[in-house]
Amino acid sequence: MKLTVWTYEGPPHVGAMRVATAMKGLHYVLHAPQGDTYADLLFTMIERRNHRPPVTYTTFQARDLGSDTAYLFKDACQAAYDRFKPQAMIVGASCTAELIQDDPAGLSETMGLPVPVIPLELPSYQRKENYGADETFYRIVRALAKPMARTTHVTANLIGPTALGFRHRDDITEVTALLADMGIGVNVVAPYGASPENIARMGAAHFNVLMYPETAEAAARWMEKELDQPFTKTVPIGVGATRDFVAEVAQITGLAPALDEDRLRLPWYSASVDSTYLTGKRVFLFGDGTHVAAAARIARDEMGFEVVGLGCYNREQARLIRTVAKDFGVPALITDDYLEVERAIEDAAPEMILGTQMERHIGKRLGIPCAVISAPVHVQDFPARYSPQMGIEGANVIFDTWVHPLVMGLEEHLLTMFREDFEFHDEAGASHHGGKAKVRVAVADVEGPAPQTPRDISGPKKQGAETTIEVVWLPAAERELKKIPFFVRGKARRNTESFATERGVSEISVDTLYEAKAHYAR
Amino acid sequence: MTDRFPPPPANGCANTPVLKERGQHEVFCGLTGIIWLHRKMQDAFFLVVGSRTCAHLLQSAAGVMIFAEPRFATAVLEETDLAGLADAQTELDRVVRDLLARRPDIKQLFLVGSCPSEVIKLDLATAAERMSAEFAPHVRVLNYSGSGIETTFTQGEDACLAAMVPVLPKTDARELLVVGALPDVVEEQARGLLGDMGICPIRWLPETDRLSEVGIGANTVFALTQPFLTETHDALIRRGARPLHAPFPFGEEGTTAWLSAIAREFGVPQETFQAVTERPRARARKAVAQASEALNGRSVFFFPDSQLEIPLARFLTRECGMTALEVGAPFIHRAVMTPDLELLAEGPVIAEGQDVDRQLDRCRAAAPDLTVCGLGLANPLEAEGLTTKWAIELVFSPVHFYEQAGDLAGLFSRPLRRRSLLRVEAAE
Repeated sequence: MKLTVWTYEGPPHVGAMRVATAMKGLHYVLHAPQGDTYADLLFTMIERRNHRPPVTYTTFQARDLGSDTAYLFKDACQAAYDRFKPQAMIVGASCTAELIQDDPAGLSETMGLPVPVIPLELPSYQRKENYGADETFYRIVRALAKPMARTTHVTANLIGPTALGFRHRDDITEVTALLADMGIGVNVVAPYGASPENIARMGAAHFNVLMYPETAEAAARWMEKELDQPFTKTVPIGVGATRDFVAEVAQITGLAPALDEDRLRLPWYSASVDSTYLTGKRVFLFGDGTHVAAAARIARDEMGFEVVGLGCYNREQARLIRTVAKDFGVPALITDDYLEVERAIEDAAPEMILGTQMERHIGKRLGIPCAVISAPVHVQDFPARYSPQMGIEGANVIFDTWVHPLVMGLEEHLLTMFREDFEFHDEAGASHHGGKAKVRVAVADVEGPAPQTPRDISGPKKQGAETTIEVVWLPAAERELKKIPFFVRGKARRNTESFATERGVSEISVDTLYEAKAHYAR
Repeated sequence: MTDRFPPPPANGCANTPVLKERGQHEVFCGLTGIIWLHRKMQDAFFLVVGSRTCAHLLQSAAGVMIFAEPRFATAVLEETDLAGLADAQTELDRVVRDLLARRPDIKQLFLVGSCPSEVIKLDLATAAERMSAEFAPHVRVLNYSGSGIETTFTQGEDACLAAMVPVLPKTDARELLVVGALPDVVEEQARGLLGDMGICPIRWLPETDRLSEVGIGANTVFALTQPFLTETHDALIRRGARPLHAPFPFGEEGTTAWLSAIAREFGVPQETFQAVTERPRARARKAVAQASEALNGRSVFFFPDSQLEIPLARFLTRECGMTALEVGAPFIHRAVMTPDLELLAEGPVIAEGQDVDRQLDRCRAAAPDLTVCGLGLANPLEAEGLTTKWAIELVFSPVHFYEQAGDLAGLFSRPLRRRSLLRVEAAE
C-alpha cells in the first residue's frame, strides 16, 4: 500500500484510452464500474476534443456483483459494435474489473464479432499509464500489421504520438517536414489519426521514426523483428538532437542528410548578448525520461545553463536518465512521489525548474520560475498556436518557452542597479511576474528564493561537508546580504555558507561575504 | 407564503411514470465529494483506500493542485495487498500511523472505501474502530464508501455525513439541524435569515470543526439543503430526528418555501417572516429577472449528474420561463423529491439512471436550447451545435438561497449569451 497525494501517471487503462482516442475507427470496450468515465473529461476538457473518446464502459454496480457481470460485458460489447461499427475493437478491464476476473478476452472471443477484437491485459496494480499506452499500441500493431512489399519511394511510419500527449499534434507536422526535406514520405502516423486499416499498411514503410519511446517502444521493437523495419533512436528535440536525427535517418536510408536551417533561430538567440544573463542559470529538470534527457542536453549545450538536478517519474526510462545524470555529474531522481520531487527541488534551490505541470505548482509555492517540458498535461499545454517541441521550430519554441519565465537581461541589470530604490525595491518584484511576485518576495525577505517556510536550506549541505560547525551570520553581513537582489540572494547565502564551512569559519562577516563572492566569481 | 408565484400546477410530475435506464453512466463516483468536503471540514483528512485510478480521478476532478499536501490522499493498493487480506489491514495501520504522525492538526480521519476495496471486501469499518481506539480522544476515525459501484457523484457527501450521524452525541433539546456542506458565504446567509426569525440555536451538519458538533435526538428537526442527502436523511430519522420536507432552497420560490417550512415548524409569526424575507426576496426576484432574460421561452434538457436536476428544473421552469424537455437524475428518492416534483409541471420526461448513448439520441432529437451535462459530454455536444452548461459548476458554486438566485440563473444564461455573442464559425 502506497500513500499517494498527487500522481504523475494515471492507471494503465487511461494509457489504452490515449491510444484509442487518438485513433479513428477503433472502439474500446472497458469493463469498469460507474465513475471510471471521469477519464473522458481528460480528453474533452484538457485536450478540447470535440468527440467523446471511443470508449464504452460497462458500468457495473454493487448489485451486479452478486449475479453476473459477464453478461453486462457481452451486452456492452455487442451494443458498441452495433452502434459504432468500428473496424477493430480493443477490450479490457479497469482496476476494479481486474479483480472480478470476468476475462473480457475470453468473453469477446466467444461472441464472433465480424471485426478483429484485440484483448488487453493491463495489470492495474503494478503498472501505469505510459505502460498502458505502450502495451496497447503494441498489441494493436501486432494484431493488424503484416509484412508486405515496401513503398517504391522511401517512407517512414511516425510512431508514438497519442491523445493527451505533450505537443504530439505539432511534433507530427515538424517531423513530417524534416523527413520531407530528405525526400522521405510518411507512410502511416500512429496511433495519432490512424485507423486499423492504416495500421495494417504499416509494413510498407522502410523504417520507423520512434517519436516517443514512452508510448511506442514495444511496437518499434516488434516491427524491427517481425517486419524488418529499423527504428530511429534519436528523439529530435533540440538543435543538436535534430541534427543527429537527420544523420541517423541518412544512415538508415542511405540518403544524403539534409536539414533546412533557414528558420532556425535558437543558436543566434542564445549567442546574442541579451542572453548573457542565461549563463550558468541553475536549472532542475523533471518529467518523462525522453523529454528530460533531451532537455538536459539543450539546457547545457544550447542555452548555457547549469543542470543542478534531474530525474523522471517513469521507471521504464530509469536507465536512460541514470546515464544522463552520470554524464552531468548530478544524482538521478527516479520517483513518482510528488513530495519527494518537491523536497529535491527545495534542496537544490535552482533558479528555474524545467518540469511538468506538477512542478509548475512546486515552482509557484517555492517562488521559482518554471517552464513546462513534459506530460502530464494541462489545458495550457494545448495552445491554439503551432507549438512543437521537435525539429527546427521546436528548438525555437523551446528557447522562447524557457526564457519567458525568467527576468530578462536588461531588467536584471536595472534591478541590480536600483536595488534599494524606493519604488524599485525587492517587494515591487519583476513586472511580468504579476501577482506571484508578492508571495515570492515576502518569502525571499526571510530566506532567499527557495524555501516557503523559514528554514535553513543549507542544512543538508553542511552535514555533507562532515563538519559540526554552526555558521552564524553577523548582523552587518545579514544586512549586506539583503542588498543583493532577491533572485540571486539564495545562491549568495548558500555559497557564502559553504565557503565559510569549508574554511572552518563560524561567523560570517561582510568580509566573508565578499571573499566568498570573489571565490565563486565566474 | 408563495403568493407571488403562479399556483402549483394542477398536474405536477410527482406521479409521472419514470423512465428507468440501465447502461453506461457518464457520471463521477462518490469520491469526488472529497474535493469540497475537505474544504468545509477543516480538521478532517480523507484517506481513500483504492487504486491509482482513484488518485487520478481526485487529481483530475480537483483540476489544479493548489495544495502541496492537501487533506486528502489515496492509499494505493498494490499487488502485494491483494494477495492476502490480513496483510492489507496491517498495511493500512502503517499508512495511517505515518499520516497522523505527520499531520498532528488532523482531528478526524475518514477511511473512504473505493471500488477495489469494496470488491476485495476490505473491512474498513473494523479498521476504523480499531484506529479510533488507538488514536482516541485526539482523532476520531470513521469510514464510508465513495465507490462508484455504490455511489454517484454527490452521494459521496451523503455517505460521509451519514457515517457521522451515529457517533453524534444525544440530546433532547428541541433544535433545528440544517444539513449539507455549503460554501461559508451561503451558510452565513441562511443562518442570518433563520436567526432573524428568532430561530435559535441553529445547528449544522457538517460543522467546520469536530469540536463544535452537536447532539441529535427525538426533538431534533432537520432540513436538508441538498437533494442528494437521502442516506443522511434516513440515518437522522433512525436517531429519532424529524425531517421537514420542502422544495429545495434554489431561487426565490424554493428559498421562500424552504424557509417557510421551518418557520411554520417553529411558530414564527407571519409578519416576522414577511419582514425578514421581503427585501431579500425582492432582490432575488430582480436579479433572477435580469439574469433570466436569455432563458425565457427556451428549452432545457438535463443529463443525470449531481442529483440537483429536479429542483433546478423547477427553478428554471417556474422562475426563468424555460420549458423542460427531459429531466434525468441518477436516482429519485420519493420523500425528498416530491415537493419539487409537485411544482414541476407535467411535460418533461423524468428519467432515472442512464444509458448515455440512448439519452444522447433523445437529446439530439429533442434539440434543446440548453443541455445540462457532465464535462465528458459538454464539448462534444457543443461541437455538434448544442449549447451546454456543465453541471459540475452547479455543485462547486454558491447557488443556494436568495442572494445567489440571480447567480444561479446566470450560470444557465451565460452559455446562451456567449453563443449569441460569437461571430466566428469554427474552421472545421
